[in-house]
Amino acid sequence: MRVASRDTGVHQEPGEARSDGARLRRIAPTTGWAPFDPAELWEYRELLYFLVWRDVKVRYKQTLLGVAWAIIQPVLTMVVFSLFFGRLARIPSDGVPYPIFSYAALVPWAFFANGLTQASNSLVASPGLIKKVYFPRILIPVAAVFGGLVDFVIAFGILLVMMVYFGIAPTANVLWLPLLLALALVTSLAAGLWLSALNVQFRDVRYAVPFLTQLWLFATPIAYPSSLLPEPLRNLYGLNPMVGVVEGFRWALLGVDTAPGSLLVVSALATLLLLAGGVVYFRHVDRTVADVV
Amino acid sequence: MGDFAIRLEGLGKRYRIGARRVRYRTLRDTLADALVSPFTRRGRRTGDRPGASDSAEIIWALKDVSFQVAHGEVVGIIGRNGAGKSTLLKILSRITEPTAGFAEVRGRVGSLLEVGTGFHAELTGRENIFFNGAILGMKRREVARKFDEIVAFAEVERFIDTPVKHYSSGMHLRLAFAVAAHLEPEVLLVDEVLAVGDASFQKKCLSKMEDVGGRGRTIVFVSHNMPAITRLCERAVLLEEGRVISDGPAHQVVSTYLNAGGGTAKLREWPDRTKAPGGSVARLRAVRIVKEGDLPANSVDIRRPLRIEMEYEVVKSGYVLMPYVHFNNEEGVRAFSAHDVDPDWQGRPRPTGRYVSVVWVPGNFLAEGMMFVGVGLRVISPNIREFHESDVVAFQVVDSPDGDSARGPFVGTMLGVVRPLLRWTTEFRSGSSRSS
Repeated sequence: MRVASRDTGVHQEPGEARSDGARLRRIAPTTGWAPFDPAELWEYRELLYFLVWRDVKVRYKQTLLGVAWAIIQPVLTMVVFSLFFGRLARIPSDGVPYPIFSYAALVPWAFFANGLTQASNSLVASPGLIKKVYFPRILIPVAAVFGGLVDFVIAFGILLVMMVYFGIAPTANVLWLPLLLALALVTSLAAGLWLSALNVQFRDVRYAVPFLTQLWLFATPIAYPSSLLPEPLRNLYGLNPMVGVVEGFRWALLGVDTAPGSLLVVSALATLLLLAGGVVYFRHVDRTVADVV
Repeated sequence: MGDFAIRLEGLGKRYRIGARRVRYRTLRDTLADALVSPFTRRGRRTGDRPGASDSAEIIWALKDVSFQVAHGEVVGIIGRNGAGKSTLLKILSRITEPTAGFAEVRGRVGSLLEVGTGFHAELTGRENIFFNGAILGMKRREVARKFDEIVAFAEVERFIDTPVKHYSSGMHLRLAFAVAAHLEPEVLLVDEVLAVGDASFQKKCLSKMEDVGGRGRTIVFVSHNMPAITRLCERAVLLEEGRVISDGPAHQVVSTYLNAGGGTAKLREWPDRTKAPGGSVARLRAVRIVKEGDLPANSVDIRRPLRIEMEYEVVKSGYVLMPYVHFNNEEGVRAFSAHDVDPDWQGRPRPTGRYVSVVWVPGNFLAEGMMFVGVGLRVISPNIREFHESDVVAFQVVDSPDGDSARGPFVGTMLGVVRPLLRWTTEFRSGSSRSS
């Protein structure tokens, strides 16, 4: 029996991978909770790469200072913090020089905060994509967060230079760094999902975002050490996942004696909860986003 | 049932007018509402306007749409603005969700609702090709393989590494379309993208699409361009107010479409002045095709003249007006355009009232085939286009087998948009020049 003779007529291009030729897709109203289709997300991985690539490329092409922006923001903040909090207010810095104490926290923080800001505006900033072509929309905020990794790497390079300058050798705990970075990324994404979807429904969310990140900045031990808090409260403090990230960075890189331990577990759980809620809410808005944006 | 590529069952899409008009709310409004009337049940969905009665606010952009598209079929979707054509494509391409019913699509879907989605001015042509390709669902490897072909199709070889912000709009468009034209999905959804661009490039794109259609791909094509529909599609589906009102051979459905709106293809009327095309100076009220003997006509003998009557109402006096007509053939080629040169009204402001401008098209002039007539009206100084309606009426020019048309006794295909009966003389010897 000759099978799929029709298909051979369609697939003219040799070497074309189209195993899904006869796949049947059903398009119907979703009711209730609609999970993401992991196979589909995987299928669109190249698009994620291109979205990130385009964001990064355009950002560096369009700005006068380009790559320098990645450094200017955390470095200037570090200078200001060092002057006011370190020098004038004499805030303790867990036994390391205050500039590197704050900068080691500012690097993951800047990654987190920029990712959050970019992600929260990402949906409303791409009506063209959303209304004219289909792809899993979650890629838009995800790409916005991933795009920040380039800036992170550059800012992290400065951190390494500073460590050399201050003569600080990283500890073996540095192996935890990728995990801590992942936590910052997921937290940024989780909050970004919430805000990007909220921003679609309520346009004044965008005015709230800078305010939110500012409050969050001071609620995170960047300018000060979390060791100022008494021990039982510290774990509660971990409900702000960035506390775990920031303290983890200092612990892994600067050898500061504030092993985040249980605090990190609290942070990770808080992040997962935030992420799960964000995904559900994002999916809810996702359904009507093309009609609204 | 078997071999369908697309199947729609009772497909519906409901919009709330609130969602269309008030496109988004502010958090402030929501909070304010909550404070003012804390016990009103608030709609949960995006764009709901609280407190308003639901039924009055709902619009079904699509309602109970069911049809199938066979594998390899090329189907045109036609209908007026707001009939639901684009909504249908958006549902099929999964951009928006249906509210009722379902659709099934078999195979890899490529949708082309816009040319150049995601193009970024700062990126070079090369970068945009890859990005746009990815957006349209092509793999990087696939784009890389077709890259040279895409660049050649777009005719932008020299500028491929220049940011597209330096491109002319024509180049921009050509590049964007070139990427899309090289998409090779099993099911292609195309929305009105050919309305733009210069004629020769449009033609190239159409032939590329025909090429794609010829290779056994299923195409659903939304357009206002009736000639393109009849040329590209065997079958057409006519939507009106979200419902399928006609489905069948493209020629038939196109003529049904032209017939709709209160008349026939030979006649189109706008009984309600407020809904008639036009602006503050004049409104179009009717367009008629009339042949000799004052008979309304939708077909005419190639040898006989016919006239187009355009009835309009001047609602504001004191302007010099210029009515015009244009004729397109089935392939969308402009056969000719003409405007009113009646000496009585040259440079003379019009008082208010009803007017009928008539243009006579001589016999032995147009080629055989379908002709689509558009009409328009221009105000001269200030130069304003009051209305411009394409393809409002249509008629068929039928050639004669009698041997006294420009065809003579010839039975083959004669190309061209006009077929004038010219004077031929052949000298030298007597003898028959009649041959076939």
